Amino acid sequence: MGQKMLMKGNEAIAEAAIQAGCRFFFGYPITPQNQIPEYMSKRLPKIEGGCFLQAESEVAAINMVYGAAGAGARVMTSSSSPGISLKQEGISYIVGAELPCVIVNMVRGGPGLGSIQPAQSDYFQSTRGGGHGDYRMLVLAPSSVQEAVELTQEAFDLADLYRNPVLVMGDGLIGQMMEPVEMPERKPRTDLPEKTWAATGWEPGCGRDRAIINSLYIDPAVLEKHVNHLYEKYAAMEANECRWQEEMTEDADYIIVAYGTTARIARSAMRKLREEGIRAGLIRPITLWPFPAAPIAAAAKHAKAILTVEMSMGQMVEDVRLAVEGAVPVHFFGRTGGIVPTVREIITQVETLAKGGH
Amino acid sequence: MAKLTIAGETCKGCGLCADVCPRHLLALSKEINTKGYHPIAITDQDQCIGCAFCARMCPDAVIKVEK
Amino acid sequence: MAVVYEKTKLLTDKPLHYCPGCTHGIIHRLVAEAIDELGIQNRTIGIAPVGCAVFAYDYFNCDMMEAAHGRAPAVATGCKRVNPGNIVFTYQGDGDLASIGAAEITHAATRGENITVIFVNNAIYGMTGGQMAPTTLPGQVTTTSPYGRDPKLCGYPIRISEMLATLDGPAFISRVSVHDVKHILDAKKSIKKAFETQLAGKGFSLVEVLSACPTNWGMTPQESLKWLEQNMIPQYPLGIKKEVE
Repeated sequence: MGQKMLMKGNEAIAEAAIQAGCRFFFGYPITPQNQIPEYMSKRLPKIEGGCFLQAESEVAAINMVYGAAGAGARVMTSSSSPGISLKQEGISYIVGAELPCVIVNMVRGGPGLGSIQPAQSDYFQSTRGGGHGDYRMLVLAPSSVQEAVELTQEAFDLADLYRNPVLVMGDGLIGQMMEPVEMPERKPRTDLPEKTWAATGWEPGCGRDRAIINSLYIDPAVLEKHVNHLYEKYAAMEANECRWQEEMTEDADYIIVAYGTTARIARSAMRKLREEGIRAGLIRPITLWPFPAAPIAAAAKHAKAILTVEMSMGQMVEDVRLAVEGAVPVHFFGRTGGIVPTVREIITQVETLAKGGH
Repeated sequence: MAKLTIAGETCKGCGLCADVCPRHLLALSKEINTKGYHPIAITDQDQCIGCAFCARMCPDAVIKVEK
Repeated sequence: MAVVYEKTKLLTDKPLHYCPGCTHGIIHRLVAEAIDELGIQNRTIGIAPVGCAVFAYDYFNCDMMEAAHGRAPAVATGCKRVNPGNIVFTYQGDGDLASIGAAEITHAATRGENITVIFVNNAIYGMTGGQMAPTTLPGQVTTTSPYGRDPKLCGYPIRISEMLATLDGPAFISRVSVHDVKHILDAKKSIKKAFETQLAGKGFSLVEVLSACPTNWGMTPQESLKWLEQNMIPQYPLGIKKEVE
């Protein structure tokens, strides 16, 4: 499938997952991600061995994912903010049991029922684990439909590689907008470990140990050892999987840090600022965890100030401040509740900085 | 002639087997196992008819019955 | 000499952690014997609950998964959908299945999910120390109904088997007890039947097993079996509640 097709973000993510070998999907309706389960419900029954099931709740859906992943399958679920909150229990168990799966969050405004418009206010929840206990997840934040396709496909490999769930974090805009995409078939990486741990049926002498898919370690010393093992995986993720994109940062006086939809708006603002003669640059984190602290710290060495822009009241900005360690001032601009910031608003923010304001 | 083999170390001395023995041949031993329980013991092996009621009642699967 | 009865190899050698006289052990043994006799060890996957049976994965000698509280039917669904040739069972208590997991069990049942559920009803939360369960009898004293369960305050016990039997999805539902040898033999038959229902691809099967909790009922093992017979069976009548041929 070399040619480009015009696809909605949600549908493109669903097809990308299928092309990456996902054959099982368990979900529950919530706006603005409904096109993912709808698309899966159309496609998966037509594929041999494929199964789509609409669960009775997000809680049930994520536990179906646990069962399917435990049986060794490539499996996905998707939801939006309030639904992702409900899935947190299951995500924590999936991490504890070291099961691979892909979870998509098309973030909407919160707290509570919030709104159905795009937001980025689930950053803390996503990058700090989200559920109970000591853990992390790879969090991939696409800023275009094409990137959503590529990151979703890669998410399955990364989940299998680390035996850890991977979160694809979009927002209502990424899910709803249509863009031309190339939809490649993607074979799993060849270096992935065999799933010898999966529960598929056992008897003495069958060549492997009895599978026990479990997150309970009643002995504190054993649990500490298990969590240390998880953190060795997270250290490997930090070393190998951190991704970001830099634009015009080399000579930038003002660096905008933004991800997802917000990064697209920030890019337009940056170009306009350059036309005005203000040297602006952009750092776009692609992995929200692990967070690209090093390039931000490096850019901060020659910049006058950093502006973090988010569709929230300021969540990623805390990671930016941690990265910069006070080397330069870190400012924040955000809109929330489902309001998308405008190019003009961002330009005004940087102009104010350039005039010595803030 | 039947034979009971009791895994006394895993017996918790609940006595449910004794209650269902039609010949009342089971009683808690005076001994104490490493878990601190008085395990069940057969009082008269020769009288056992091998009905296996005791084994079917036992929650801890400690009784083997042969005949 | 021939062996009349011995512990099935479908139970591991790990000693059960249950209290003396707790009938979980009997029910474990019946489930393990059914799997053994049907010759399905190599394709059976068990799903353990949260509650007293949380360590069931240490005892059943087959592949196992441990589910979050109440979610075993959802986990079983995911597992069965991936490998329909596997025989998948859940083992759940009354707090797990009838309270926090009420949605999961109801929807697995109504979907006719081709799994087997062993539902152990002892009218109390055992693992957490004897709190009131959805199945606690009216007037029954627990650590969170210290004056006896008052239906005006906290409602009536749920009859899960009868409730699920009203649905079109289930293929086999029965309630059994393990308070004496005769009933243990009946329970075994029902449990085996439930697995056979799944093997035949007929759909959802559930066996509710009335079980004693001497520790949290504050009784001797002998008293608790008597109490089960005299108090639980009138509230939870035994028998096959649904059977699809």
